[in-house]
Amino acid sequence: MCVTCGCSDDSATKMTSTAVHSHEHDHTHEHEHKHDHTHEPTSMQKGRVITLEEKILAKNDHIAEHNREWFESVNVLALNLVSSPGSGKTALLERTISDLKNKVEIAVLEGDQATSNDAERIRRAGCSVLQINTGAGCHLDASMIASALKELKPTHNSLLLIENVGNLVCPALFDLGEKHKVVVLSITEGEDKPIKYPHMFRAAEIMLLNKIDLLPHLNFDIEACKQYALSVNPKLKIIEVSATTGQGLEQWYEWLMAGIAC
Amino acid sequence: MHELGITENIVAIVSEKAGNTRVKRVMLEIGQLSAIMPDAIRFCFDVCAQGTVLEGAELEIAEIAGLGQCCACGAEIKLKMLAAVCSCGSLDIECLRGKELNIKEIEVID
Repeated sequence: MCVTCGCSDDSATKMTSTAVHSHEHDHTHEHEHKHDHTHEPTSMQKGRVITLEEKILAKNDHIAEHNREWFESVNVLALNLVSSPGSGKTALLERTISDLKNKVEIAVLEGDQATSNDAERIRRAGCSVLQINTGAGCHLDASMIASALKELKPTHNSLLLIENVGNLVCPALFDLGEKHKVVVLSITEGEDKPIKYPHMFRAAEIMLLNKIDLLPHLNFDIEACKQYALSVNPKLKIIEVSATTGQGLEQWYEWLMAGIAC
Repeated sequence: MHELGITENIVAIVSEKAGNTRVKRVMLEIGQLSAIMPDAIRFCFDVCAQGTVLEGAELEIAEIAGLGQCCACGAEIKLKMLAAVCSCGSLDIECLRGKELNIKEIEVID
């Protein structure tokens, strides 16, 4: 159903034709007398125009704003991690938790369509975590975060890492109330991902270029990738990292800790 | 579930505003840089409207072209994509129009 990313399950089976002109009456049309009235279809009737000028995502934005106010009131740095599937978000979180858990309280919200595999990995890494399964949905939204916060209860002066569903399209539209979006791009993907999915790279504050340890084995043009990213978002901060070897992570941690100290 | 979720939002908002009156027409404004495909909204609309006061309503979509302003020289630029280069060479372009996702008006039958 979501033609942009193709995510759906049984939505297509719900497609049935809709009757524009449906009316109920308890007489039949078998009578023989003529009558000159017609059953006007809705489209022929005159209507009253109501101007709405309403944002379609107003409800989500409103809840997101509440989430944001709450995060600020308790000094929680909430980050929304977005990427395509397989970029290494969970591995990056595991490493980050393991390296920083003695310095700052960390909690994680894990978004996936199904399974709690990632939440198990995060739990083993040593922090509190809550899994959100979106079912057929391809992104987290603000109300899911609001509900999850009641259960997860992040502590004051802490870091909340929200791992969104692996998808570079839809999560860009749905504000969760986070301070920043962190986009993760791995070098096993194409270097032109930023211009293929400009909304996400435009919305992000920082890009982590992950799996940098694999560079000698790949044909990946790092400079071209950075130029593509900066062409859609000239203010984007870019850090090259490897969740496996730890390369570049100090810079990522410095950025995180500076965000919590603010 | 992007366009389907968005269409569900549209139906929910319009149903709330319309109350018990039937809705004849819904007019949306969708920016060409909004990452929403009007055809996908049209595809979802009839399904989402079924069983609501919007059932059978006509859907009109006004597409809004992208317009940006260069943060360096102030020039206005037509935007076909979010990323653009100004004639002055700057990539720092603020999007002024084209990201709209609004319900402009509805027509109801009292």
